[in-house]
Amino acid sequence: MKNKTRKTGLIFFPAFDWAISETHPEREERLLYTQDQVLEEGLLDLDNIREFKPGIATYEDINRAHICVPDAQSITTQSHLISAGGAITAAQKVLTKEVDNAFALVRPPGHHAMLVAHGARGFCNINIEAVMIEYIRKNFGIKKIAVVDTDCHHGDGTQDIYWNDPDVLCISMHQDGHTLYPDTGFINDFGGPNALGATINIPLPPKTSDEGFLHVLDHVILPILDDFRPEIIINSAGQDNHYSDPITDMCFSAHGYALLNEKLAPHIAVLEGGYSIEKALPYVNVGIILAMAGLDYSAVREPDYDPDKIRQSMDITRFIESESQEIILMWNDRYNMKAKIVGSAGYVRRSKSIYYDTDGIREKQMETVRVCNDCGGLVMIESAADTGKKIFAVILPGTCCPECRRNGEMFFERLSGGQYNHIYFQDREKDVFIVK
Amino acid sequence: MILGIDVGGTHTDAVLVENYQVRKKAKVLTDNSNIMASLLAASQNISLQENLKNIKRIVLSTTISTNAIVQNKIDRVGMVLLSGPGLSPATLKSSTDSFYVSGYINHRGIEIKPVIEQEIKDTGEYFRNENIQKIGIVGKFSTRNPQQELSVAKILRNNNRQFSLGHRLSGHLNFPRRIATAYLNAAIDRIYNDFVREVGLFLREIGANIPVYILKADGGTILIDQSISYPVQTIHSGPAASIMGVLATTAIKEDAVALDIGGTTTDISVFADGAPLLEASGVTINGNKTLIRGLYTKSIGVGGDSIICIKNGEILVGPLRDGPAAAFGGTYPTLTDAIIVLGMAALGNPQKAIAAIQPLAAQLKTDIISLSQSILDKAIAVITSNVRKVLSAINNQPVYTIHELLEGKTIRPQSVYVVGGPAAAMAPSVARSLGYPYHIPEHSEVTNALGAALARTTAEVTVLADTEKEVLTISEEGIFRKIPHTFSSAQAIEAGKEALKQRVLRMGASIDDLEMEVTEVQEFNMIREFYTTGKNIRAKIQIKPGLISACNIG
Repeated sequence: MKNKTRKTGLIFFPAFDWAISETHPEREERLLYTQDQVLEEGLLDLDNIREFKPGIATYEDINRAHICVPDAQSITTQSHLISAGGAITAAQKVLTKEVDNAFALVRPPGHHAMLVAHGARGFCNINIEAVMIEYIRKNFGIKKIAVVDTDCHHGDGTQDIYWNDPDVLCISMHQDGHTLYPDTGFINDFGGPNALGATINIPLPPKTSDEGFLHVLDHVILPILDDFRPEIIINSAGQDNHYSDPITDMCFSAHGYALLNEKLAPHIAVLEGGYSIEKALPYVNVGIILAMAGLDYSAVREPDYDPDKIRQSMDITRFIESESQEIILMWNDRYNMKAKIVGSAGYVRRSKSIYYDTDGIREKQMETVRVCNDCGGLVMIESAADTGKKIFAVILPGTCCPECRRNGEMFFERLSGGQYNHIYFQDREKDVFIVK
Repeated sequence: MILGIDVGGTHTDAVLVENYQVRKKAKVLTDNSNIMASLLAASQNISLQENLKNIKRIVLSTTISTNAIVQNKIDRVGMVLLSGPGLSPATLKSSTDSFYVSGYINHRGIEIKPVIEQEIKDTGEYFRNENIQKIGIVGKFSTRNPQQELSVAKILRNNNRQFSLGHRLSGHLNFPRRIATAYLNAAIDRIYNDFVREVGLFLREIGANIPVYILKADGGTILIDQSISYPVQTIHSGPAASIMGVLATTAIKEDAVALDIGGTTTDISVFADGAPLLEASGVTINGNKTLIRGLYTKSIGVGGDSIICIKNGEILVGPLRDGPAAAFGGTYPTLTDAIIVLGMAALGNPQKAIAAIQPLAAQLKTDIISLSQSILDKAIAVITSNVRKVLSAINNQPVYTIHELLEGKTIRPQSVYVVGGPAAAMAPSVARSLGYPYHIPEHSEVTNALGAALARTTAEVTVLADTEKEVLTISEEGIFRKIPHTFSSAQAIEAGKEALKQRVLRMGASIDDLEMEVTEVQEFNMIREFYTTGKNIRAKIQIKPGLISACNIG
């Protein structure tokens, strides 16, 4: 096997002193055996792999990506600031060209944390990729970014944060939402009115194996990335598609993960889920690190790996092939969809019911988007949770047209306390965050 | 009294120490072809015979192992490697005498694939045909379960073969480093044992029956008889002796930096609260990354004999050297010559120093004094910028807990200790540039011998208790035994301390020098399917490098 080696940064932060609760899957032990394997393989001694200490994200960093209720401090602990900080460190090292790519092997994860955050859902409090993306946009002037979420669960948080952003392409491949938390992520979820096609969902049937994942990669993800032409590619590298994962039902292997990473060639990978901490994570992580570094990963195999035992059925293969075609047809038609979906409306509304499984909070949201042909559009959200908190948020997109800006500023000015605990103004373009 | 001898590549130094005081000191040239002659010569110069009856211990530091490796005077080694899945063997350094065989232990210490006896026997046949008698056996995760390394050794055992088993050399994880460590240990086995024999002859020659210790890379001592199976531990004992020498000649209790400015290089070392720092993963020697516990040093190519040249109008100091300073009859202008020109050292022949610096001054259209000052400034700038880099790297080492990340110790040096030939000339400016005061220890010409003389015995054990499997492993001591499901962290530490005590006493530690430090302890609940099934407890316990306590100073 001939390889072109790359300089890879590794931000390893296993948070050995933090867990959600004593027997929770997202626990201290989670990256213990991964650390063992990484150290035993001597990966940190390789000339082209460098380990970096994670930075600590600030509340300001979080406020660029989220509307935290009541504020960022209340819904995060130090562990969240470090795991988001680790993702930011990965981005810094890549964008300052200290390394060619980087892997933030950090916990706790983040991809279920949505734009408005009242607490923790799906083991996530804040969306570490989104915090990183907003950091990148502010500090490195990068506009077009793609996130490819390869966690087994739908990356609903990242999707929510960038639902109306035509410049951030969010692709999520995951176990079908009819069979797994968070029960969402179907192919018709395709982005907000001004960002159709910037959200791509690829639900996969349970028992999908390497073949299916790689088919989707080759026939959906890579062609769409080619069209979209992002300046950087981020991989939300969840590892719970593995055949041994205890809380999901897929059949992906360590070798498959490494091959996927090699083909996708992300600039930054960020660990998300993955709870087969002994049988999968040590091998999947070593595989991904080697693939990113351009080194031979062919000898990375789970001790019990038997491709015949986990191979997907013909039905699954056929299903995935046809779904892939369907998604590509939608993608090719994305510019024509707006007229059909939006019609002549000036504003588009959607209401959402969000359950925070980790913290047991229920939230009702009404999102209003200004239909706009010049930018992602002004977004306004009214949100009420059963904690008794009710808020309103005005959000201007990363690139904001004068009309949306004028409207947004006007709405924010006119809104006054009364029924709301807080009113937020998040200007992603000018990096302004105001709470009243 | 203690006799400390440092057998360096150029000089052999000896000191007689009593109550921390230097009674006698001597420096002779090393005869590399006859170590015993060098030992005898140094001994004579300190009137060893008169003091012999008062000497309680002899400690040697020697470059024998380092030189064997650096000069490639090593034996052919057969390597049997049990690698299992992971990094491709093609990525690892290996020779035609390396064999990857079946067998695999996983990260938990569970045997996944067995050793195949016939395969090992075939390998043994190759070693026999090739007349290879030094054999390294290394398994991935063998520190978690040494059984496979032991069974391979059992199959290969015969009278002529010496084995280096990976798990006995270090308890730390890192398969490629474990391979390099076992390889080097086997490769220098013969040359080191020849040296030990010479030391035996020396003792017989002087008629002494005194325990002899060898200084290890981590600045600790080991009885010479105990060192013969693990010669690789004695690499880098020169730099280790120098650091221990600083410790022995100063009352260092604070965070500090030490500089050993030699002929070719300047070695930077770092102290935290008065204790010398260890390499995080292990010593690197001649490009080989090993698991050998060693004192941290960073060597940079600036020393007294560094050649000065001008490139694109810029002054360069080192890293090349070629013989002594011009003032001592060398061919090229050196840093030492600049120091002599500045009148900061009355050494050698000043005329020759001036003559060597003159052409460079002409080239830069300046006078020799200004140029010499610029040379000195440049050398100091290189050294201090490297000191800052070292400190920044140490203070930015990754950590794995929130507690350490937020509250971990930061090294903030309060002083710089400078030893070596140009110490007096350079220390004031170095200190000014770094922003903390300097000290030049006494007896700096025999620092190494003194450091060796006063170093205590050190060791480390790595404990892993897996209460789900009910197994306790202490790799360095070959302990692999059953424990009850209820085994606790406290019990793991206690078992580790007992193993460490046995280990250092066997290595020759005094009962007064058993001050142990738990450097790491972690306890993880093991959760399977939402139930706690056991605990995974990890601990590292060490006797850290330091001086022997006063009560046993002869």
